[in-house]
Amino acid sequence: MTDTQKCKEYFPDATGGASGCAVKLHGRDVNVFYDDKQVLFDVNLAIGEKMVTALIGPSGCGKSTFLRCFNRMNETISSCRVAGRVELDGFNVRDIDVVELRARVGMVFQKPNPFPKSIYENVAYGPRIHGLAGTSAELDDIVTSSLERAGLLEEVHNRMNELGTGLSGGQQQRLCIARAIAVNPEVILMDEPCSALDPIATARIEELIDDLCQNYTIVIVTHSMQQAARVSQRTVFFNLGKLVEEGDTTQIFTNPHDKQTQDYITGRFG
Amino acid sequence: MTSVAFLAVFIWAFIGYYSARARALYLVGGVVRDLNSLPRYYGFFVALCILLPGFLFFFLWKSLSSFFLEKRILFFFSDRISDFSSLEVNAFLRNVPGFSDRIQSAGRGPISEKTDLLFDASVLYAHDQWLCNIALVFLTFLVCFLCFMRALHLVTPCMRARARVESFIWWVLACSSAVAVLTSIGILMSLLVQAFRFFSIVPVHEFLFGLHWSPQLSMRPDQFAGSGTFGAVPLFVGTALITVIAMCIATPIGLMSAIYLSDYASLGFRAWAKPVLEILSGIPTVVYGFFAALTVAPLIRYYGELLGLGVAAESALAAGLVMGIMIIPFVSSLSDDVICAVPQSLRDGSAALGATKTETVIKVILPAAFSGIVNALLLAVGRAVGETMIVVMAAGLAPNLTLNPLDVVTTVTVQIMALLSGDQEFDNPGTLAAFALSLVLFFVTFILNLTALRVVRKYRERYD
Repeated sequence: MTDTQKCKEYFPDATGGASGCAVKLHGRDVNVFYDDKQVLFDVNLAIGEKMVTALIGPSGCGKSTFLRCFNRMNETISSCRVAGRVELDGFNVRDIDVVELRARVGMVFQKPNPFPKSIYENVAYGPRIHGLAGTSAELDDIVTSSLERAGLLEEVHNRMNELGTGLSGGQQQRLCIARAIAVNPEVILMDEPCSALDPIATARIEELIDDLCQNYTIVIVTHSMQQAARVSQRTVFFNLGKLVEEGDTTQIFTNPHDKQTQDYITGRFG
Repeated sequence: MTSVAFLAVFIWAFIGYYSARARALYLVGGVVRDLNSLPRYYGFFVALCILLPGFLFFFLWKSLSSFFLEKRILFFFSDRISDFSSLEVNAFLRNVPGFSDRIQSAGRGPISEKTDLLFDASVLYAHDQWLCNIALVFLTFLVCFLCFMRALHLVTPCMRARARVESFIWWVLACSSAVAVLTSIGILMSLLVQAFRFFSIVPVHEFLFGLHWSPQLSMRPDQFAGSGTFGAVPLFVGTALITVIAMCIATPIGLMSAIYLSDYASLGFRAWAKPVLEILSGIPTVVYGFFAALTVAPLIRYYGELLGLGVAAESALAAGLVMGIMIIPFVSSLSDDVICAVPQSLRDGSAALGATKTETVIKVILPAAFSGIVNALLLAVGRAVGETMIVVMAAGLAPNLTLNPLDVVTTVTVQIMALLSGDQEFDNPGTLAAFALSLVLFFVTFILNLTALRVVRKYRERYD
């Protein structure tokens, strides 16, 4: 099956940004439990390559949990159990070594969490772990280009040895994005990356997401519907652990098929 | 009698509490909102106004009355004790109260010539004391009553009772911390004074840099003994040797068990393992001491001899090993706390980059917890330096200047104990040396704690 055919199959309603893409991530019948409590019910979702997919929905609807299935971060929570199949490029993520998987699928968290190390060391952390740089010059290159692509280089190029935790909130979040990029991932998962930031820092991150989707597949969980509308090509609406509706962002926001989706985006609940 | 007066104060305070509450409510017709403070604060205020003066009066009266009773006896019997020395007068005064108690319980009994004066004095004393106590009860009652009336009068709806009770609590807390601080300062002062007395006999440099320690002095002029040399270096070296051995055991094991507990162990295991570890640190050190002396030291000797090493029956190694075991819970519990305090978001961030658990621990968590771990280790060193019982029992008393862990050594604390146990006079350098050693110990632990504090402060600023 060609990419375009795949695309037709999974994104029948696709227009504009989603056309001509391949499926990068695929969740099939994903059920997630915390102890005995089920938080996700039979979620099926394909996510296209090199585009931005936004997951929206009220708090506690399971969208973050779903996001964390893709890089197996749910495994760090001992009470969490994931059933079903989650694929990266058609391979079950459980068959991929977790170190390799997380190098290919990077993640940015809700609260900026730079390590208490220098700016340089924060970005160099991933490449060092994965042995991506043979020499220190190569490492310097990776660090500089990652900061560049995260739009942070200009602000920090003369203070690479200062602590990453000393930056402002928005800069810290861009540092975390640079840190994720430095490992050269294929996918970047973003879990409400702007919820702790002010509008200006948020705008910078959104610009950055726009740039990054040229090269990376981005999945972003957000509470801000304006943000979903601004940055994403596809939008997926979750409610009460179920995938309610997915579609092109313009379609979801202008002409939702489902009543729940309509209520949510018009602000009638959630 | 005394207890009646004591009880009276409490009863009055009790009455004061409830009357003030009732009065406050009565004054506003039961509408609590019209009061400045909740009714119970008026109650507390009046109760305090009774308790404080009541007890102050009680203790003042007690101390003053015993002073005047003595004066009265001295005055009354001045002709009969005129030929007493001052020591004898003091002894006489000390015996009177006890003697009067005895007569009251057992009657006069057989009286000798010598006890005649004591008997007369004690009869007078008992009588005076009875009067004093009656007066005490009566006056305490009166004082409390006056305070009660006065304080109750102060209770008005606009009185700021809550603020007054709060300021009273401020004073109580401030006084408690003042007691803690002043006691430490007092102890330090007494150490300083005695140490200076020592240093006027033995020069400082001889004490700090001398290589021989034999504090035995002749107790009597005709006794033959060494003249006493006070070079404390062997003690310092012994202390350092045992501390180093202990830390070599405690640091890796304590730290690794802390890492295991915080990041690797299941929640269930951690839930019971951590309290158990903390209980371990509550074992009295004397128990560790005989464990060291009876089990570890012979074992070390046995294996040492198998290897053809000359091992003393008591050795620095035995004491250091057991002391290390003693400190493990201390190190691991404190380190576990700081490691757990490293935010989960850092662990997640590292894991999301593909780091393994071990990489995360080594590269992120340990550096982030660094200040806390250093702090824990320095506190542990402080404990090791100050530990006495284990060394007494397992390492011996011989002040050898050696770095051989298989030899007998002694430490600063052990020597302090040895110098001050038994009958000692406080004017010979042998006893005073204990104060000089204590001063050194104090400064070492002081500097350790200060360093710990600075490390924590410096790195805490950097981390959050």
